[in-house]
Amino acid sequence: MNAYLTSLIAIVNREALRFIHQRERFVAALVRPLVWLLVFAAGFRAALGLSIIPPYQTYIDYETYIVPGLCGMIILFNGMQSSLSLVYDREMGSMKLLLTSPLPRWWLLFCKLIGSTAISILQVYAFLAIAAAFDITMPLLGYITVLPALIIAGVMLGALGLLLSSFIKQLENFAGVMNFVIFPMFFLSSALYPLWRMAESGELLHAICALNPFTHAVELIRFALYNSFNGAALVWVVLASIVFTVAALWGYNPARSGIGKRR
Amino acid sequence: MSGLRVSNLSFSYGSKRALDDVSFEVTPGQFCALLGPNGAGKSTLFSLLTQLLSPQTGSITIAGHDLTHTPRAALAKLGIVFQQTTLDLDLSVRQNLNYFAALHGIAGRDATNRIDAALDKLGMLERAHEKARSLNGGHRRRTEIARALIHNPSVLLLDEPTVGLDAAARSAITDHVHRLCEDGTTVLWATHLTDEVRAEDSLVILHQARVLASGTTQSICTDQPLKETFLSLTAEPA
Repeated sequence: MNAYLTSLIAIVNREALRFIHQRERFVAALVRPLVWLLVFAAGFRAALGLSIIPPYQTYIDYETYIVPGLCGMIILFNGMQSSLSLVYDREMGSMKLLLTSPLPRWWLLFCKLIGSTAISILQVYAFLAIAAAFDITMPLLGYITVLPALIIAGVMLGALGLLLSSFIKQLENFAGVMNFVIFPMFFLSSALYPLWRMAESGELLHAICALNPFTHAVELIRFALYNSFNGAALVWVVLASIVFTVAALWGYNPARSGIGKRR
Repeated sequence: MSGLRVSNLSFSYGSKRALDDVSFEVTPGQFCALLGPNGAGKSTLFSLLTQLLSPQTGSITIAGHDLTHTPRAALAKLGIVFQQTTLDLDLSVRQNLNYFAALHGIAGRDATNRIDAALDKLGMLERAHEKARSLNGGHRRRTEIARALIHNPSVLLLDEPTVGLDAAARSAITDHVHRLCEDGTTVLWATHLTDEVRAEDSLVILHQARVLASGTTQSICTDQPLKETFLSLTAEPA
């Protein structure tokens, strides 16, 4: 078998094994969006009126509106979780094993990205299944057409995690990621409220939300769940993926990375 | 040429000099001890040898391959045992070795045969199915050495591999690695313990970022024990 394929299978398999060994992580990954869906959305539906905006062709419940955002939330948290495990790997030394392989470093990091994305997608489908059990459903075909959107969003947010892990030197600094990356990305997006609602609150807020790549990942997922295609969102997400990936590769360059430094 | 050559290597962390014009050579099949007190620059040298850091000046040649210009060919010839354990404790010995083999593009029957041979060489074959977490320190080290041999490296680097082990385990691992040289493997063994170095070994003494002495242990020590030679060479001025 080709050396590249062999390493890809091994790295993805290891990510999957690690995920299986951490059952609490899977439960937490599902409980978080379900709390938003079944508790937050239930209370919020009365306060927030939604007009008919694409891709919706009729009035929808607030619970239905936030499903794509919560899919994005799962991927966002998983990307950051992968980043956390990379920092942990570096502190524990096992990252050295990966980076001293004779295969190109970009390929090894790409394999990590694929592994993290695969786990994200697994979690998203588990979430969609539970949501469906609570009668929050999407068009049947949407469950298939959303897959490419989930892959692209997973790569973008996984690459962001990779980038952060190349700059975060200690596990203790990870709390900062929660405060300065996850929360702003999630709340300053269209995950919980449509962008026109943001525009009503302020143009600056709206502009920030429109620039946030997470907004476009959520919109890409939203449209795909309704068998629609959002070209602008796709361009944004692909561009952000490229920028994050290139920056992450730069971050892991031995000429500047601190991986070899004595701690 | 299947040995290791380090030429005029220097590296600084900001203004702190970690290695200053370090040069030495280990010929094929030779056991070379890199002896230095804590903070001498051994770990920085290992990071450079494994390409976790890039040299600021100087060059490294592994089995005839320049590490800067042909890193993949050089790393393919290199086996590494890091100071910190790099085993996944939740995986079995065989799973750990399979993962490493895959990182070198080795899979299937070939991987199984190589893993069996490497584990057998280190006396670990019967523990192949045990979880790494259940192994004692000595067995974990042996597993890591076996793992470093799967791809038949020409050069084996070990960064203080006996840290934290009891005397019996230290002695067993030192013997195992010396035996590897008989098969033609070039070994660079970093340590700060003089009793791990044998009279016939090649020796490089590193102190405060510089090579203080290089040659065979016998030629460096002349007629006094290595420990005394080492202490006198690395003694801080009063």
